[in-house]
Amino acid sequence: MSTDNTTLETQEDMSGAAMVLRALEDQGVEVIFGYPGGAVLPIYDEIFKNNRIRHILVRHEQAAVHAAEGYARSTGKVGVVLVTSGPGATNAVTGLTDALMDSIPVVCLTGQVPTHLIGNDAFQEADTTGITRPCTKHNYLVKNVNDMSRTLHEAFYVAANGRPGPVVVDLPKDILFAKGTYGKPDGKLHKSYRPQVQGDTVKIEEALRLLAGAKKPIIYGGGGIINSGPKASELLTKFVRMSGYPCTLTLMGLGAVPASDPHFLGMLGMHGTYEANLAMYNADVMLCVGARFDDRVTGKLTEFSPNSKKIHIDIDPSSINKNVRVDVPLVGDVTAVLEEIVGRWEREKISPDGKALAAWWKQIDNWKSRDSLKFGPSIQTIKPQHAIKRLYELTRERDTYITTEVGQHQMWAAQHFHFEQPNRWMTSGGLGTMGYGLPAAMGVQIAHPGALVIDIAGEASIMMNIQEMSTLAQYNLPVKVFILNNQWMGMVRQWQELLHGGRYSESYSEALPDFVKLAEAFQAVGLRAERPDQLDDVIKEMLAVDRPVIADICVDQKENCFPMIPSGAAHYEMLLGPEDHAAQPTSEEGMVLV
Amino acid sequence: MEAIERHTIAVLVDNEPGVLARVIGLFSGRGYNIESLTVSEVDSVHGLSRITVVTSGTPMIIQQIKAQLDRLVPVHKVADLTAEGAHVERELALIKVCNTGEERIEALRIADTFRARVLDSTLSSFTFELTGTAGKLDAFIKLMAALGEVEVSRTGVVAIARGSDVSMPMLRDKADGL
Repeated sequence: MSTDNTTLETQEDMSGAAMVLRALEDQGVEVIFGYPGGAVLPIYDEIFKNNRIRHILVRHEQAAVHAAEGYARSTGKVGVVLVTSGPGATNAVTGLTDALMDSIPVVCLTGQVPTHLIGNDAFQEADTTGITRPCTKHNYLVKNVNDMSRTLHEAFYVAANGRPGPVVVDLPKDILFAKGTYGKPDGKLHKSYRPQVQGDTVKIEEALRLLAGAKKPIIYGGGGIINSGPKASELLTKFVRMSGYPCTLTLMGLGAVPASDPHFLGMLGMHGTYEANLAMYNADVMLCVGARFDDRVTGKLTEFSPNSKKIHIDIDPSSINKNVRVDVPLVGDVTAVLEEIVGRWEREKISPDGKALAAWWKQIDNWKSRDSLKFGPSIQTIKPQHAIKRLYELTRERDTYITTEVGQHQMWAAQHFHFEQPNRWMTSGGLGTMGYGLPAAMGVQIAHPGALVIDIAGEASIMMNIQEMSTLAQYNLPVKVFILNNQWMGMVRQWQELLHGGRYSESYSEALPDFVKLAEAFQAVGLRAERPDQLDDVIKEMLAVDRPVIADICVDQKENCFPMIPSGAAHYEMLLGPEDHAAQPTSEEGMVLV
Repeated sequence: MEAIERHTIAVLVDNEPGVLARVIGLFSGRGYNIESLTVSEVDSVHGLSRITVVTSGTPMIIQQIKAQLDRLVPVHKVADLTAEGAHVERELALIKVCNTGEERIEALRIADTFRARVLDSTLSSFTFELTGTAGKLDAFIKLMAALGEVEVSRTGVVAIARGSDVSMPMLRDKADGL
């Protein structure tokens, strides 16, 4: 590849804007999500002439990033965004931060004022690289057209390799017009960014020894498994099955091990199952795979799994020993490390302590028998959990992808919708961005035109990016918006009830629109269920329609999300239901936590 | 609680726009301390700069700081000089002291003891250049402050490991004959 002849063949003179399109093609990009404006007009002119890259016109730049995230999470490819300078870039900031927190590979191209105007407070100028520095994995400002192709190829490399994340490339307008030389991706090693992929053999040895000797093991998997690719989920499932060890997953990791697998204990953490949290607390060996000991997972740090030896697989060394000290750090890609662990476990015919494991499972089954996800019957009103359960049961034969907004409905979806495969569950875990679900669902539907894509939403969250209904109409994307409408910002109301003496400050959803009419206004189908006996019919009708749908499910207004570990409490201090609360008031330290 | 340790960390980075902002933003964004920070290009052929940062924190925080620095895209290498063994640290200060009479003579006498050089003088002031450890500079400045009005400019700490090991070599470029 490096002979002079080939180099000449791979180089070509063209404008900066033409290079952008060429680089996207060379990176295998098929779709970009964007919104035009003055500074990016040269790129839009190239898009007009190009028929290989599809542009999806969103209605707000934040939605463009979330759509790219949905596209990326459901395909494993890099999502691409194109926005203009100034407000285009600042509107994208929430999406970029979301992608950073959840490690989603996104390349965001932002327009910029011409180089001679940078720093002049020009029209629609913002210091985009300055503003996005803390909310991207990396960013670039291209000041010379001859740096354009190299920078764009590098942006894709950085976004997708190591711990994935968002990368911004800021493109001044004069550079887009300037002519220069385009170079294809050359496959050369990056000069400084080369994440460690293979795990250290000595550490793997140590991990195997700990795992083989475990009496009360727990496997705790997270979003890193999903990011590593479907092979990682296969390997983890294989390991869980051949070892017989119990496994729990974080919000971001759902689907990495099939929910129907008997070894799966459900999600852990603040709204995780009783058995998952107590197994974490009582374990003697923990294998953490691509998760980051987030505060929603650990609860009170000093009482987090206090007696376990911890093995932590992560591609990002800064995730290791950040919150929780681990005994065996294993820096590397989840797939590569699991391959080694599974392979050696098989070759060396390691067999765990069967007697201890049986006793451990007996204890876990005992915790499981508390049925921590139980909820009351839907007699007068539809219980939100019941609505999710029916949605799951009525869609399980379909090729289904779920996105969510943020709040109670998100936790109920995580608890009561079950995922058998990775890449089927798109939710804003780290940043907790209300308004994520609808645009993310758009991105998923673009990537999987024939699939069933449902945004499980709350009536408050959906209002945050409701304008994207218009995008669904334009591209005829049959996304289903399933609103659990309790007329409250439910999670806010729940915390006010539990922590602030029931003073419901500003958490009532006042003056809501009529969602059925709203759907119709956006050329979608509007449906409503108000009584339990209407629920199934509404879900069935929603599924039967090959058009965008808003299903307004009017649910019990007072239902709270349980089980719950109050903030600042330990795993064993879990509240299983409303009756549990009175006995244990939240500590003062807990009150100040989010 | 774990003890707070002071560490001197050297970071080799691409000398590109925004790289210093990225490092400083990392410290402020994550609430780490910066006691001193110096930066200058050390290899103009390959465009590499070396940042020396003196920071403090628990061993877990120090480990985090190094891991967080190391994952920045333009960072080539991070070396914890405090953890890696013996190293030398130096800082340079320019100290202007304004005084007359006996105090002026005393200032010059002390400067001589500290081996400070006179860079500039008027009938009512001296400007000294002093190199040494941060502690030596502190001591000198304290003495000068007792002898008149003082203005100080300090570079912050630069450091390098003792011994013959070269952990961040200047890249040799044959074409340059370097």
